[in-house]
Amino acid sequence: MPEAILTGAPARTAERAGPAPLMPLAARGLTLEVGGRTLIDGIDLTLAAGRTTMIMGPNGAGKSLLLKLLHGLTPPTAGRIEWGGHPLSPAIVRRQAMVFQKPVLLRRSVAANIDFVLRARSRRDRARRDALLDHVGLLGHAGQPARLLSGGEQQRLALARALATEPEVLFLDEPTASLDPASVLKIEEIVRTARGGGTRIVFVTHDVGQAKRLADDVVFIHRGRVAEHRRADDFFADPASAAARDYLAGRIVV
Amino acid sequence: MQAIGQALALALSLVLSGDGDLLEIVGLSLRVSLSATLVACALGLPLGALLAISRFPGRNAALIVVNALMGLPPVVVGLIVYLHLSRAGPLGFLGLLYTPTAMIIAQTILITPIVAALSRQVLEDLHGEYAEQFRSLCLSRTQTVGALVWDARYSLLTVGLAGFGRAVAEVGAVIIVGGNIDHLTRVMTTAIALETSKGDLPLALALGIVLMVIALGVNALVQGLRMTATRQAYA
Repeated sequence: MPEAILTGAPARTAERAGPAPLMPLAARGLTLEVGGRTLIDGIDLTLAAGRTTMIMGPNGAGKSLLLKLLHGLTPPTAGRIEWGGHPLSPAIVRRQAMVFQKPVLLRRSVAANIDFVLRARSRRDRARRDALLDHVGLLGHAGQPARLLSGGEQQRLALARALATEPEVLFLDEPTASLDPASVLKIEEIVRTARGGGTRIVFVTHDVGQAKRLADDVVFIHRGRVAEHRRADDFFADPASAAARDYLAGRIVV
Repeated sequence: MQAIGQALALALSLVLSGDGDLLEIVGLSLRVSLSATLVACALGLPLGALLAISRFPGRNAALIVVNALMGLPPVVVGLIVYLHLSRAGPLGFLGLLYTPTAMIIAQTILITPIVAALSRQVLEDLHGEYAEQFRSLCLSRTQTVGALVWDARYSLLTVGLAGFGRAVAEVGAVIIVGGNIDHLTRVMTTAIALETSKGDLPLALALGIVLMVIALGVNALVQGLRMTATRQAYA
């Protein structure tokens, strides 16, 4: 199976030399206030190309919100986001994809969920759909209703659907939060393959082991701010912030 | 009590023998109400979809109006349509008064708000579930509405049949604009009203039985479809 089918990004670059690179990401003074509460508090963040960034932090720290802000699903109250030097726009969002903690699957068959996205991008292609389903181990379930799949299978389908858009940046919001270890490893393998194909991964997780397995760098969020952003090895060996130290030691962080 | 029993027996024999008058009345009823349901769905579904996924100034007021119009009294709708279609009315030149078309128009006005309001609710609930994923995929409004309508098709079928149920059972609007003319605009409800007042209970009861069988049949069909869809996880 051609590798490009599973990842998209390099094939896309080769096919059309046009679009400027999306990376680096630069967020400056990113703030989100809802109902008088500051949920994201002036975040400055720079993400370079070609890596897997894990976003970690306690519940309510603002990890998922940060992901939604970076992907343009939630508009910030203040601050700016630039991808490759350009302000976030629908054209940029179209070059990204997001997988949510609870997979949002259409009330259709497994195959139709992929077809829907391919058709939306005017790229309906049975071979490509089947290759994606095969890649995530769901080709045998192609005709089944998507919502009858197990939790792990549903999340793999959501991941395959995200990859169908050939994203240059893939956001994952705790995609393995409620899955068993075998399902977690399958998801991680798919993410690793996408990363190998050149897709930039931004992954929210609570799972320290998972972060160690996948991360090139870690952004630790605490109370709506970036407590630290460092190379993964450095972060896990010697966390600089007290909140990250407590978090990694399993102590309660509020 | 004995009279009711005899009337019921006669009514059943009328139904079972396929009485010509009875079939004509039932046929016209179905033609008028199914046509009104189709037109109401063609108008009400897009309106419901627009209200479900759009945010615009005055949307709340529009929702209140559409919801309030669900309770339109049929006689008032009949009167308004009558005033427009009567010889002296603005649309009198069309010559539609006392025709099945006038009855279709009246029933369409009556049930379009029902279809719009109920489909708005169905589509808005589903949109709440899909919205973030669709925004992530950067879908156009047309693509969003198309996906919502397709995925909510079983619920929307129920909405359409709720409209049909209301149309086929109402008497106030069709009797005003149709006039209950034999072999032309006589439908089940107007015929029941007339035959009851004339004292011809068997025909009135026979029509009542058919009407109830249709209502039960339609509901059973919808329930069956929905259960199948739910079982297969498509609803």
